[in-house]
Formats: sequence, structure tokens, C-alpha cells
Amino acid sequence: MKDLEDRQERIDNLKGLGCSRKRVEDARFTQGKGNYVDDVNLPGMLHGDFVRSPYAHARVKSINIDAAMALDGVVAVLTAKDLEPLSLHWMPTLAGDKQMVLADGKVLFQGQEVAFVVAKDRYVAADAVELVEVEYEELPVLVDPFEALQSDIVLREDIKDEKEGAHGARRHHNHIFLWEEGDKDATEQVLDEAEVVAEEMVYYHRTHPCPLEPCGSVASMDKINGKLTLWGTFQAPHVVRTVASLLSGIEEHNIRVISPDIGGGFGNKVGVYPGYVCSIVASIVTGQPVKWIEDRMENLMATAFARDYWMKGKISATKDGKITGLHCHVTADHGAFDACADPTKFPAGFFHICTGSYDIPVAYVGVDGVYTNKAPGGVAYRCSFRVTEAAYFIERMIEVLAIELNMDAAELRRINFIKADQFPYQSALGWEYDSGDYHTAWDKALAAVKYDDLRAEQAQRVEDFKAGKTRKLLGIGLTHFTEIVGAGPVKNCDILGMGMFDSCEIRIHPTGSAIARLGTISQGQGHATTFAQILASEIGLSADSITIEEGDTDTAPYGLGTYGSRSTPVAGAATAMAGRKIRAKAQMIAAYLLEVHDNDLEWDVDRFVVKGAPERFKTMKDIAYAAYNQAIPGVEPGLEAVSYYDPPNMTYPFGAYICVMEIDADTGEHEIRQFYALDDCGTRINPMVIEGQVHGGLTEALAIAMGQEIAYDDMGNCKTGTLMDFFIPTAVETPHYTTDHTETPSPHHPIGAKGVGESPNVGGVPAFSNAVHDAFRAFGLRQSHMPHDHWRIWKIANDLGLHG
Amino acid sequence: MGKQIITLTVNGEKHEVAAEPRELLVHTLRETLNLRGPHVGCETSHCGACTVDIDGKSVKSCTMFAAQADGAEITTIEGIATPDGMHVLQEMFREHHGLQCGYCTPGMITRAYRLLQENPNPTEEEVRFGIAGNLCRCTGYQNIVKAILAAAAEMNAAREAAQ
Repeated sequence: MKDLEDRQERIDNLKGLGCSRKRVEDARFTQGKGNYVDDVNLPGMLHGDFVRSPYAHARVKSINIDAAMALDGVVAVLTAKDLEPLSLHWMPTLAGDKQMVLADGKVLFQGQEVAFVVAKDRYVAADAVELVEVEYEELPVLVDPFEALQSDIVLREDIKDEKEGAHGARRHHNHIFLWEEGDKDATEQVLDEAEVVAEEMVYYHRTHPCPLEPCGSVASMDKINGKLTLWGTFQAPHVVRTVASLLSGIEEHNIRVISPDIGGGFGNKVGVYPGYVCSIVASIVTGQPVKWIEDRMENLMATAFARDYWMKGKISATKDGKITGLHCHVTADHGAFDACADPTKFPAGFFHICTGSYDIPVAYVGVDGVYTNKAPGGVAYRCSFRVTEAAYFIERMIEVLAIELNMDAAELRRINFIKADQFPYQSALGWEYDSGDYHTAWDKALAAVKYDDLRAEQAQRVEDFKAGKTRKLLGIGLTHFTEIVGAGPVKNCDILGMGMFDSCEIRIHPTGSAIARLGTISQGQGHATTFAQILASEIGLSADSITIEEGDTDTAPYGLGTYGSRSTPVAGAATAMAGRKIRAKAQMIAAYLLEVHDNDLEWDVDRFVVKGAPERFKTMKDIAYAAYNQAIPGVEPGLEAVSYYDPPNMTYPFGAYICVMEIDADTGEHEIRQFYALDDCGTRINPMVIEGQVHGGLTEALAIAMGQEIAYDDMGNCKTGTLMDFFIPTAVETPHYTTDHTETPSPHHPIGAKGVGESPNVGGVPAFSNAVHDAFRAFGLRQSHMPHDHWRIWKIANDLGLHG
Repeated sequence: MGKQIITLTVNGEKHEVAAEPRELLVHTLRETLNLRGPHVGCETSHCGACTVDIDGKSVKSCTMFAAQADGAEITTIEGIATPDGMHVLQEMFREHHGLQCGYCTPGMITRAYRLLQENPNPTEEEVRFGIAGNLCRCTGYQNIVKAILAAAAEMNAAREAAQ
């Protein structure tokens, strides 16, 4: 008993896997000692600011910089003409397209970068922006992707005659690609012969990640030693270094990229933006450090939108509700340049996870990418490459099918779930789901909210409403989502040719503490806390004795960064594998110290023990010291390891979410009475951090579903450029969440972990939206587009004749 | 543009600084006085990342000129900790995981610091309303609210013990 207690104490002391360890980051952040990019302040630093287009589509007739240059304190004004000799007036996008860095002859969206002013302080730079005279000739504007595919108006004159794009044939001058997956003919045949078919257009509107810290960079070109240092809001600092080298011609060893603390990313900080390029060029030109920090309006108008998918779906089933096929065609509005942040071979990301949690025998997806006069982007806003669009699509189609079948939507899901014994499961669209137990999660969720009671209450409410006793309706929003996170594998996932592995390098210090560096970069996820926990459990040193460092390309091993919930599935795996290399060497050292054969030892929490003789052991601390203080035959001194991990597959987290919503039919206001979120992310590293991620992701989902959008008028004016117009919930609008979990480890991940940070956004959006739809189901509503703000909900009620 | 000399007492220390009439207080604090805790998130008073305490009120320093604060007593996040260590609010934010990326945190804690002086024993609803001028994109507020309520309880207990 004493031994067991002692062993448990040793486990607890590690603060390893499963421990709700308090975050090591917080001491700095709570005392105002974070170090974000705008906190970088270098001697002689200049400030850059953009002249941006007021028009969505116009020819740039002339740019006169004389008045701006004459202003005291202005150092330079860059235009496309200045960048052209360096071939930097355009830059490649992550999606195989190219994008203007500064307007080259025309502008294609409101807010596009036209000229870059460099001045001695940010106020003078802003003054000078006003003094740059740009003469425009307005051109007709296309904001509707369906119209764009029919129109004679040519948006991208630079490629108007190119019949082949980065992803195959282009059939119109405003067409980017058609990307297809699945068996089209077989799917159409199943739909033709089906007993029941439900058809619907599901629109996932344009929105924006809007992290609280906008994007920015500081470039410092040291002309004496030829080294460029670049600080910035980069979710993938190593890739930025490679891209900066390829674009600038500066050798990669002469570029140091640093992602300091990042004030939230949510996909917004994956891409490479004109501001980064201009700050680099301006520093090279002026020989002084140049800072560029965008303001909120610039961020919302120009820096990487998300979603904007028109998803036309057909789902077929037998009369008793067994789904037989799924067909989806997407019209994807990519804006002026295809700057989607997706692995190269996937122009629609992982949208083909859109069969969701269901065993659907045959399916087809086709995605048409289209140019319009809107800002470029298409980033994964807290999701793994279009998975949120996919989850919203299938979870809406299930609800529409339930209406068509006159079935309960929870039951329809249950009879179509992939069963636990079907994993690993091959989906009709080509994925291999690693693990899951959907029925268990679903039953737990329905029981937790007392689902049958809720339905009875809802039926009574409908009667009362019809009888004039109440004006409030009750909606029960159901979702069972399946995520796909953790890109690689390298064989089919890359960004600009860089395979999507990730990495960890560990150094154990002589006195038994350690530093580990990773290729990822935290933006609030708490990597410094949680990666130390993974390592603690692997190597038997307390997490409190392990420093985690990320984001400096001069010290960290190469990695592809943090987005798409890939840090735990990929870098977390690399951390465990590097830890195991440490342990393997430690075992040899321990064997030498204990004078036994390696095979006579076994690992026990924090030590190697001689089998059958538990009193004979060496702790990892003992071993670390020995690694540095004595010559061990056949073993190199030191205790270090590095692992580059190429995942064999993605991981497939899943969850069951239920939202109970009261809706006022007369005002369109809503109140979320209950929100239950069950997540299964495999092995749980830090439950406190997981719960925090779920709360945050759900709140972003709430924003998207209930009010947040990037909207344009017919002239291409962005109508949502400030936080007055762009909805971010405050503590008042945000409900209380109940979190829960099941735990189905990933069979291929070294510690069985999957990602979790994005699940609540992926599952949350359909849960909120389905609640709105469900409240009106009894009155005949099938589909109404998000965001469900008060006006749009009021309009649903009005259109259904509920206002008398 | 000409500069004028203004006097600010920040975190108990008196400073005379030269600022243009149009200079925003947040820039004076961050760039002249090197207090990088207040952050700029929106420049339109919506997000509250720049919140500081001026003469006993929570103020968004991104939409106030430094000249308007001439003669004022200002407390920023850097001035909230005591010589004995972190303020109980800072402790509770850590204890209850009330922060993630940390960008809203200085403004959020500075606002909560004033809220608990305005209302030492708030309900959950009052806390939610009281911090509605501060946006957070990471936490969904649930743990922030928990942290503020826990800090209130601890501060009240300490006050009672002292009496």
C-alpha cells in the first residue's frame, strides 16, 4: 500500500498527462508582461502604413506621391513600380495563385493595398497616407459568385487567357478551379432511384477570424552582416522564413523569423500579407527597422476572410431513414485572389469530410472556386481547412432530411452513425477515420439534457403558441460532428512544397531539468504548459522542470506551425517520440550505472528499475547527471534528442452538442437556456485547458451563427469594417456552457491524443443554427441562412405568417 | 506638430511627458512610458484591451488624448500587483484559467479591479454586465467570470478577517 501511495505521489509530482496543470504563461500575461509584435521597439524604427483602395474594382490611372514625400518625417512611399524591379509587386499565395502586394494597374477589392508609406512615427505615416493622390477609373463590380461565372466582366486580367490554373481547367475568366471527389455517376444513380431525396442550398456566409490582436510585423535588415530579422504575427514562422527567402533571394540562414507572443490567431495569421512583404522591402530600402501594424478596420476589410461557401446538397434515404447517398456542389467565393490557406493538393481543404459522422455508402463533392471583387483569404477560422463548412452542410442536410422523412432528427442521426466496430472506417470520399464511438457519446448527450422531456416541452410550447398563450418558441439544436485534424501526412499534405510534419528537440540539463523546442507556435493554446506535460509523462521529469520554447527559427527545429488543430496531433506526437529517444538512451546509461543488461530494466514513472529488484533503480535525474559527468563505454556524452514526426494519418475528434434556445417570435431575440458540449479528443492532456478551448470555440461559433458576418453592398463596399458592425459577443450575450467528454484514443498517435481547439467551432455553429431552425420546424421552416441576427429571425417568423 | 508638456501620475510615479495634442493616451503609456500592458485592439473603444484606471474610473486609453489626462492619476496593469506579489485578481485569473492568448487580459483585469471597488460583492450577472466593455476572443468569458467572483470572495474574506 505504501509503495502504491509512493508511486502515485511520484506520478502526481510529474504534472503529466491528465493533470489540470495551471498555465506557466499566465504570470507574464496577467502582469502586462507579454511580448507581442507591437511591443517590439528597435532604435531608429520607422513605421509603415498603407494607402488602400476606396473602390472594389477600378483602374489605377496614376499615383502622385510628391505631397506625401514633402511631409516632414516621411522617409519613403513605395508603389508597385518600386517593387517591380525586385519582382515583389506580386507574391505567390498558399493556394497556387498570385496576389498583388501593391496595386499593379488596377484594384480588385475595397481596402486593397495601393501604396506603402514609411515615416518616422505612426502619426506622420497616417498623415502621409492622406497626402498620396491616387486617380482611379471605376470599373463594374462583381460581388455575386454566381453572376461572376456568367459575366463578361474580367476581374483578373493578368490570367484571363489562361485555361489551366493551379488546380486544373478553368472554364471562365472568373473561374479558378473545379475540384471533385467521390463517385459522381454512382451517386447520381442512387439519388435517381432513391425512395426519399432531400435537396437544399446551404449557405455558410463570409466571416472573419478577427483575433483581438491585429496582424503586424517588424523587419530589421542589418546591412553589415546581411541578416534579416523579422518579427510578426505568424502562425507558421518557419514557412514564413522559407517564403521570405524564396521571394527576397536572401539565403535562408540569413533570415531569422520570430513569432513573439501572439494575441489570438484563429487562422488569421497563417497567410503571408502585403504588409509583411512591404515592411521587409522598406527595411532593405531604408536600412532601418520598419514596423507595420494594421488597425482593426484594415484587418476586417483586407486580411483573410473565412467561409463564403454556397453548398447545394442532395441527400437520399430509404423511407425508414437509412441514408443511401450524398451529393454536394459548392460555389466558393474566393474574392480577388485565391489566397486560401489549404494544403497544396486540397483547394477546398478537407471539405470532403462532409459525410460527417454517418455511414453513407456513396457520395460526390464538386467545388467551383470563383473570383469576385472581395478581399482574398478563405482561411480556416478556428477549423481545419473547410471542415466547419463541411460539418455545417451535413448537419443541416440531416435536419432537412429529418423534415422530409417526418422523423426525429436525433433518431435519424443514431440510425446512420458509423458504428464503433466499423473503425478504422473508410469514407465514401476517401478518408480513413481512425477511431470513434458515436453512439455512446450521443446517448450520453441526449440523457444529459433529458432529450425526451425537452421534446415534450417543445410540443406543448407549440400548442401554447398556436393558442395564443405565449410568443416564445423553443428550439433544440442537435449536432454530432466529426473533425479531421493533424495535417500531414507528408505524402499528401504540404504547404508551398513543405511537407506537413512537425518537430521537437529536447535537451536534458545535467541537474535534471530540460528545454524542449518545437516547430509550432502557441497563440493562446498554452503549449508551454501542455507540451511539458506530454514530455513529463514520457521522461519522468516534472513538467515544472521543463521549459518549452517555440517561434524563433534560429533555435527551434523546422515545423509547419499551429493551425488546423495540428499541434497536438503532430508536434505533440513529435514531443512524445523525442521523449522516447531520450528514454532509450537513458536506459543504456541506467544499465551501465546499475551494472545490469538493458533488458533487465523496466521504466517506472520517473526511473529505471531492475526487474524483480525494485530497490535497485536510477531516476531520470540521476541518469541526466551521469550523462554529463562520466565516460560511459559505447555511449556519447550528453542527453538530447530530436524527432521529426510525419503522422501516418489525421486524427478524427468528434462530439455531440445540444443547444436549447428560447426565441421571441416578435422581436427575433434569442436566449440560450442550455448548451451541452460533449467532446471526444482522445487522450486528454490537460482537462482545464481543453475546457477553456471548448468555451472559447463555442463563443466564436455563437458569434458566427448568431450575427457575425463580413457583408458587402452591390458596389463592393465592405459594410462591416469595425467592431460596431462586426459582431463579437460580450460576456452578456455569451451563455454558460456545460462541458462533458468521452475518451476514444487515436490508435496511431503515440499518446492517443487528437486535436480539440477547433471542435467547438466546427460543432458549435450547426448546434446554434439548428436550434433556430428547430424552433420554427413546426411552422414549416426548412432552411434560412446564417447569421441568425434578430432581424433575420424576426423575418423568419414574419415570412412564416407568425405575426398575424 | 508642436508638443506640450503634460503631467501624469502613473502607478504612483509622477511623469512629465511631451505629447502632441493629438497623441492618444495609449501611445503615451506604451511608447513614451514603456508600459506595454495596455494593448490596442480596435481603436474605437469597443474591445477594451487598452483599459486603464484614471482617477477611479475605467477608461479606454485608445480613445482619449494624453492631453486630456493631464494631472490625472492613472493605474495600468503594471501597477496592480502589490509589493507582496500578484493581486488576488491576477492570482484568480491564473487559478481559474481566465486567459488564453493574454491580449485582452491586462484590460480585463484592470476593469475587474475597478468593478470590484464599485461593487465588492457582485452577482454573476453583474460581473458579466460589468465587463461587457471588454472583449475576449479566446475564453468565452466563463472562466473570467469565475475568476472575478473568486477574487471578490477572497477579497471580502480578507476584509472581514481584518475587521
